Amino acid sequence: MSITIAKSLDLKGLSCPLPIIKTAKAMKELAPGELLEAFATDPGSVPDFKAWAQSTGNPLVESSQEGAVFHFVLKKKEI
Amino acid sequence: MAAEVVILGGGVGGTIVANLVAKKSSSGKAHVTVVDATGTHVYQPGFLYVAVGKEQPSSLQRDETSLLRNDVTLVVDRAVRVDPVARTVQLESGRTLRYDQLLLATGSRTVMDEVPGAKDVHDFYTMEGAIRLFEALKGFEGGIIVIGVAGIPYKCPPAPVEFAFLLDDYLRARGIREKAQIKLLSPLNRAFTIEATSKLVQPILAERGIELTGFFNVESVDPVAKTVSSLEGETMDYDLLVLVPPHRGQKVIELSVLGDERGWVPVDKNTLKHTTFEHIWAVGDTTNIPISKSGSVAHYEASVAADAILAEVKGEAPPKHTYDGKVMCFLETGQGEATTIQFDYDHPPVSPTPARRWHWAKALFNKTYWHTVPQGRLP
Repeated sequence: MSITIAKSLDLKGLSCPLPIIKTAKAMKELAPGELLEAFATDPGSVPDFKAWAQSTGNPLVESSQEGAVFHFVLKKKEI
Repeated sequence: MAAEVVILGGGVGGTIVANLVAKKSSSGKAHVTVVDATGTHVYQPGFLYVAVGKEQPSSLQRDETSLLRNDVTLVVDRAVRVDPVARTVQLESGRTLRYDQLLLATGSRTVMDEVPGAKDVHDFYTMEGAIRLFEALKGFEGGIIVIGVAGIPYKCPPAPVEFAFLLDDYLRARGIREKAQIKLLSPLNRAFTIEATSKLVQPILAERGIELTGFFNVESVDPVAKTVSSLEGETMDYDLLVLVPPHRGQKVIELSVLGDERGWVPVDKNTLKHTTFEHIWAVGDTTNIPISKSGSVAHYEASVAADAILAEVKGEAPPKHTYDGKVMCFLETGQGEATTIQFDYDHPPVSPTPARRWHWAKALFNKTYWHTVPQGRLP
């Protein structure tokens, strides 16, 4: 199954809470079901993305790490 | 001939660097000029207290000349454009200053009009805003007071939490606390970016009846319906709304294309030197360094920038002494107590248990500031 990413955000070098805020802004522009990916380097973004996803109901479908870069994929919730 | 060192901005960072460069340059090596739009030095951490009637606006302002050494020239004018190739600064009056070394210490400005519907909401990020907020609080007889954040980064990250505590004190002193609901909206799922400090203050917020709502990044305001909405899709009612406004760098930075899209100047996080242009440094709120925008950062950075500028003036190698990311903030927790937050690039934040002595330390620092910090007397 191929996954189409509707939007990709480069949040590397940004510190908390900027990654979450930029993500929240970008997620607003997505249609329900669309995917957003984000790359961040702030270690605090791992618990923050998880908590943001739970709090807002937009599922975090991927949270991984490669070297010093964290990769997240969020799915815009269905209305 | 003396090297021309031009400093844009007479705030904390600009004033300390001006005094240190003038003091340390052996006679005649450098001539320092500070360009400031108002000629008045304002102690911005005091706005928080003006907003709750605990400080007089007049005690937060002094003539910039009274804080600068006699051998520093103050030009009261607005810098409108910098030409980093010709090494000149154009002023609003039409005058042009040539520089050998330039320090950008222009700080930040608040732009509440970037938030739809928020034109008339309250804030404590300018003197006028703080005075107007206190007027509104004096007339407040009950209802919902909402405190939120409408943009990141903003000056003094703990300020919204401190304001919530000081507001609680103010309403209790007036005997109307039970008629008011205080709601604090946070960009994250905790009171404050720093987790350790959040853990310390959240139980105190709960104890004082201050309601914390997480992941509420203010997006817009409906001043007629009196509601505030978030990027996350939530809407909340208010009777009195206090927002931390979005911040940007100054227009001169944006017009001169010396910064990023928000007007923050890209510098090396240790040397504070501009990443593109030679002979340009920046300190304080002005920079794009991902660290708190606060007077303490400008203060700690100032000696680094001053030494770097002096080394260039004297034709010496760059100094080994660089900025280590040090930040030190006080955080008022109300009822006469406070804590502190200290960290740097390599050490995570620590906060002691709130106590009276930190409140008194903050009050003492605020009073002695005028005689110690601008002159560069405190390391």
